[in-house]
Formats: sequence, C-alpha cells, structure tokens
Amino acid sequence: MSCFWTTTRRTALAALAAAPMALGLGTGPASAESVLRIVPHADLKNLDPIWTTAYITRNHGYMVYDTLFAQDDKLNIHPQMVGEHSVSDDGLVYTFTLRDGLKWHDGDPVKAEDCVASIKRWGQKDGMGQKLMDFTKELNAVDDKTFTLTLNEPYGLVLDSIGKISSNTPFMMKKEHAETDPNQQVPEVVGSGPFRFVKEEWVPGAKVVYVKNEDYVPRSEPASGAAGGKVVNFDRVEWIYIPDPATAMNALINGEVDLWETPAVDMVPLLEQDENVELAVIDPLGTQGWLRPNHLHPPFDNPKARQALLYAVNQAVYLQAIVGDPKLYKECAAYFICGTPNESDVGVEALQSHDPEMAKQLLAEAGYKGEKIILMQSTDIPVLNNAALVTAQVLRDIGMDVEVQAMDWSTLTSRRAEKKSPADGGWNIFHTYATGADATSPIANIGVSGGGVERAWFGWPTDAETEELRDMFAREADPMKKKAIIDKLQGRLFGHLVPYVNYGQWFQPVAWRKGLKGVLVSPVPFFWNISKDAG
Amino acid sequence: MYAYIARRLLATLPVMAVVGIAVFLLLHLTPGDPAVVIAGDYARPEDIEKIRENLGLNEPLHIQFFSWVGALLSGDLGTSIFSNLPVAKLIGQRLEPTLALAIATIIFAILVAVPMGVIAAWRAGTMTDRVIMVFAVLGFSVPVFVIGYAMMWLFSITLGWFPVQGYKPIGEGFWPFLRSITLPTVALGIIYVALIARITRASMLEVLTEDYMRTARAKGLDNNALLIRHALRNASVPIVTIIGIGIALLIGGVVVTESVFNIPGLGRLTIDAVLRRDYPIIQGVILIFSGAYVIVNLIIDLSYTILDPRIRY
Repeated sequence: MSCFWTTTRRTALAALAAAPMALGLGTGPASAESVLRIVPHADLKNLDPIWTTAYITRNHGYMVYDTLFAQDDKLNIHPQMVGEHSVSDDGLVYTFTLRDGLKWHDGDPVKAEDCVASIKRWGQKDGMGQKLMDFTKELNAVDDKTFTLTLNEPYGLVLDSIGKISSNTPFMMKKEHAETDPNQQVPEVVGSGPFRFVKEEWVPGAKVVYVKNEDYVPRSEPASGAAGGKVVNFDRVEWIYIPDPATAMNALINGEVDLWETPAVDMVPLLEQDENVELAVIDPLGTQGWLRPNHLHPPFDNPKARQALLYAVNQAVYLQAIVGDPKLYKECAAYFICGTPNESDVGVEALQSHDPEMAKQLLAEAGYKGEKIILMQSTDIPVLNNAALVTAQVLRDIGMDVEVQAMDWSTLTSRRAEKKSPADGGWNIFHTYATGADATSPIANIGVSGGGVERAWFGWPTDAETEELRDMFAREADPMKKKAIIDKLQGRLFGHLVPYVNYGQWFQPVAWRKGLKGVLVSPVPFFWNISKDAG
Repeated sequence: MYAYIARRLLATLPVMAVVGIAVFLLLHLTPGDPAVVIAGDYARPEDIEKIRENLGLNEPLHIQFFSWVGALLSGDLGTSIFSNLPVAKLIGQRLEPTLALAIATIIFAILVAVPMGVIAAWRAGTMTDRVIMVFAVLGFSVPVFVIGYAMMWLFSITLGWFPVQGYKPIGEGFWPFLRSITLPTVALGIIYVALIARITRASMLEVLTEDYMRTARAKGLDNNALLIRHALRNASVPIVTIIGIGIALLIGGVVVTESVFNIPGLGRLTIDAVLRRDYPIIQGVILIFSGAYVIVNLIIDLSYTILDPRIRY
C-alpha cells in the first residue's frame, strides 16, 4: 500500500512538474523574426501628427514619416531628407534639394511638391510654423527634387522651425495627404520613414505594430538625437500599451517587453534592484512644471500678486512631492530650461528666495483682500494632483483663501478655456508641465507669450514688451545677440509678466532589458539604432 | 412561453431607448471636450474651435442626438472621434477578450463554488464548513487587484508558468489562449466563488431541513443522490439568480482585471473613452452592455422554468 502511494505520489509530482511544459507554459521556440517590444508612455489614439500635438502621435510620426531637418542630441540642426541647402546672400531665399533614394511607402518617389504641401499644412497648425509662414513670401517647388522658401524679411528661425524636434513636428507627407485640412485627420498613413505602420494589426488601446521599411535609405552619419542615419535593426517593433504601472514593471522584469518608456517614479527603486534591467535618463532636457495664474481676473491681473507667487513657491518642496528622488530632479528657475543655450539667470532671485513674508507684502500691495482663489486640481494625473495640493498649502501659508476644485484632466482642459470671472465659473490657477524640448526658446515655449486674450495661451498674459522681445528673438540670427535678447526677456518675465511660475525641472528615466544597445539620447524616444544582444 | 419571450424581447426596446437618451445627455452635459484632448495641451483656442466644428460638436444637442439615433437605426454605432475607426470595429476587436474572460470566470466560479457550497452545507458546523466559509469571507474581502498582483508575482515572475500580461486569441492556439486567460480568470473568479459558495450553502441548508429530505434519507438514498438529485436541484433557483447577478456584476469587474493583466477588452475601451470623452464609443459600449444585461436576465428567468416546473410564464 505504502509502495503504491509512494509511486503514485512521485508520478503525480513528476506530472505536476512537467505540466507547465505539457501545457505549453514554458518558453516557446524563438521566432526567426526579430521583434522589439516596448511599452509606450500613452496609447496611440490617432495617427496624424499635424492634426494633434499629442506626444504619442509625434512619436508615431517619427516611426513612419521623415523630416527635412532634424536636431541632434545637442539640439543642433542637421539635414535629414535634405541633401543640400543654401541661403541667398540677403538671407531671404532658402533653396533645398532632397537627397537621393527617398521613397514613400507605396513606392512613389518623394518629390519637392510633397514637401511644399507638407510645410504649408504644418505652417497652418504649429506655433513656430505659423510664425515662419508670417515671414514667408512664397514656397515653391522648382523641380522634382528642389524647392525654395522666400522670406519677406530675414528670419532667424527658418531651420530651427523646419527642424524642430517636438510637436507639431514638420513631418513630410504625400502631397495628396498634405492637402488635407489641418483640422482633419489625413486619410491614410503613407510616410517615407524607417518603419511602415501595419494598420490591420492596430488595436487602439492595446497594440501598435510597425515593420521595417526595407526601402529606407539611412543617412551615412551616425545617429544622434533625431538626426543622422536611422538604421533599423529589427524586423518589427510592437508598441504594447500597458496602462497599469505595476503590470508594466512586471512585464519588463519577466522579459515580456524590452523597453518601458516612462516607468513610474515609485517603481524606479524596484527596477534598480533587478539585475536584468537598466535605467537611464535619455531626455537631458526633462520636464518643466508650470503653475499658471489667470491674468484676466484679480488678484493675478496685478503684477505684484503674480510676483508674490514667485516668492511663495519653493521648487524643492514641489519636486519632493511629485518626484521624490533627488537624482531625478533639479531646481532650475530659468524659463528656457537649464542646460540649454537659452538658459539665463537674469531675474531668478525672486523664485530662489523662498520668502513668504515678501509674498505677503506683495499681496497686500496688490490689494488682495481675501477673495477666494479657485485652484483647479487634476486628480487623474499624479504629478499635477500633487503640485496642486502643494500650491494650495503654499497659498494658504501666505494668507490666501483657496478653494481647491478637484476634476479630471479632460474637465480641467475645458474649464481653463473659460474667461469668465472665478465666481462665475472661471478659475485663478491650474498646473501643467511642458517637456523641455517644447520650452527651450521664446517662440517654442507658448507659456511665455504675452499676446493677451487674442493670442496668448490659457491664462492670457498680456504684455506688449514681451511680445516685442519675442519678435526680436525670432528675427535675430546672431547667437550672441539672441542670448542678449533672452536675458532681457527673462528679466521682463520675472520682473513684470510672470506668465507662469516654474515649479521645477525633472527627468523621466527609461527602463530596458540588459542586452539592448543603442538607445539614443533625445527628448523623443526613437527605435532605430537599437539592437539586442543574441541570447 | 414563446409569447413571453417575444414580450420580453420587445420590452428591451424601450429600455435601450431610455438608456440611450440618458447616456447621451449625461455625456454631453458632463464637462470635458474631446476637441481639447485632440488638439493637445498647447493648442490655441481657435484650433480647438476648428476641430469642434469639424467633429460636429458645435451643432445643437438635439441635432447631434437625432443624427446619432438616425445612424444607430441603420445599424451604425458611429465613428471614434480619436482613432477615426468605426465603433463597431473597435467593439468587435475587444469583444473576444472580454467574453472569454467573462465566460471562463463564470465556468470557473460555478465549477468551484457549487461543490464548495454543497460540501459546506452537508458538513455544516464542522471544520470543513468553517474552512470553506473563511475562504469565502476572504475571497469576498480581498480586492481583485491584490489577488491579481500576488498571483502575478508567484506564478509569472517566480515560477514562470504564465505571462504577466496580455491576451492571446483562441485563434492563435488553445494553449497560448489558456495560458493568457488563466491568471485573470482565477483572480476575477475568486469573488464569485465566494459569493456563489455562500448562497449555495445557505440554499442547501434550507432544503436539507425539509421533510422530503428526511423522507429521502429514510428511504436509504446515498449521499450523492440525496445532495445532487434532491437537494441541489431544489436549491438551484437562488443559486442561478446569483449567478445571473454575478454575470451582470462581471461587466464592472472585468475593468479592473483587464487593467491589471493588460487584457484589451471592453472594460478598458470604456475607461479610455470616458477619460477622453470619446462619445460614440461610450454610447456604443453602454448600449451593448445594457442589451447584454437584459438578455442575461431573460435567460435566467427562462432557466427557472426548467429548474422549477411550478414556475410558468
């Protein structure tokens, strides 16, 4: 009897141990097709990177489309689709010639007329594009490979605009698609970039599939940022959207995905302990936090009340609350991002002084008499949620009566368009953030516009002097003179306008499986140049 | 009977109409604007306005409603504001994972819970009964995501038996499908096991004290015949009712499970659509859910006639 039980038990244990293999639960056979699986920061919901400024759609744009110029990892502009280019002596006529071998995914050659139509569409939509179009007299295709851009007057940001790295990035599309109204989506995805989009396998909310574009001819220079040769080392790239951070972390640890674009900061310590995972910050510009006051209504229609905010805010407190790990943040007062050529220290003392008493004094001088401050709190975005809670306490500490109104981000983005007084459904303060790539210059950084109700971003700062300085910056080509304008502009922003209060700069690490090589340093994640060690 | 079924099916039409009107009004009166989400954080107000115009969101509410209803009557659930894909296609892509998870969960729950409840009732007051009821209380109390993460750690990361996340359609093979669905099924199913086991035990206890059970025992029937043929059959109406309620509750339950195990099902589709105010998707999914709810209730009502011949419609 006991012998029977022993035998049976052994058999049962052996069967149990073998069960996973029998059920196919073990590691499957390696596929001949090489696949890079990544977890993107968001779900790809729409496919037209001109129609929307969503970063995930911009990243999709880089997969399937190409750009005329591109920024390297130091933000310098280099030709990408363009082979040769020249500027006339008077600085008014730019001539561009496309390099050889450019083809659309349907096999047609890329022509100059496609690029002309693409620039025009982008120029209707993007802030820098609109500015460029304001200075543009005409844009014409000369022949199949050459086109010219003629300016009304010299403009210092032509290549910076056409080569801008972030949304809306001027991606080149086929003429027939580029002629679509920019407020409608293009009907198809036909690019000339290093990957082809596989529409049949696209499951919005779950998965996006790209395959290598075998016809793509990379540049000969090494890849750097968005510039250089886009050499693809995988047959297929899959974006697997995993909204739950714990699940994404487990999928990376378990080897089910190769790279996680935006690990939650509270998961970073766990990932650091895993010997199969590497973590690195690949976007040296990081992200800048914005506390945006409403300039239309009291008390923040008064410059002194806005300056009171500068004295009240302590970046270290915000950064502790939203990031926590000092390795991943930096106190940086500059409006145009620390670590860039446009970083300036003019006027930063107010934000660096952390002087609540001065803030109270400025509020009194502004005539603040205890009116209720409506602070909109976006509860579904942890960074913004925490920043709003810190601000509520900071304002209470300087004697303001704060009403925190909790809502989701969608509701907040509708409400912030309200110009009515806070008592009638408007607002006083909300928080947001901008990636460094979108905040490095006075033209790209929409938050510093002083164009008022007509032209400025939500919050509607109004200041003719700020606008004049921004225009001067746009016209100027000399880097030294540009820097002098930046200093003057930042002095004006801190000393008078305070379009927003910068509550700190932080850096999002990227996590990938060890063995993955060639992840590029850039504000945008790129999936060319990456390779995987065999085994 | 057939007249009853026809009447019940016809009654779904006004129910769906009320659901449709309520959902449409609730969504359009809720703050939030898909055009703002589309345009992105840095868009200028005039760009947002142009997108609203192109999407028809500036039309008066009643015009938007009638154009939606008109399309619906011709079988068109509309087009997603964001992806530009037909809502029917998006729902079709997500239906299989949700259905697979829901059906697997119900089968798992019934197969585990009913025997547990029967045994607990049969051994009422003993250690076996107490162990089963402690499990039921735990199963009812521990949230799905805690069970999910714990199982993920043990069976996926430590033992490597199952994937952490994802769904493999049954068309890609039965074993990959089973492998992808096992952990979510068990995680989601435990609460239903607890619920059904408790109801089964309570119903069985009530039946086991009936006179006819004493008579059956006196006749010398064995335990299996006694419990299954006589007691369980007579205790089954409340059990089937709770299973029906469980199926309806599953619609909410799958949302968390789909998120934890990254299953691209209808729950996640709905949450994503709500956060972005993708009205056509939300309206389409809620109509499908409410239709499914009505049909499940009808099937449960009809099953009473089989389980209890005294019930007639």
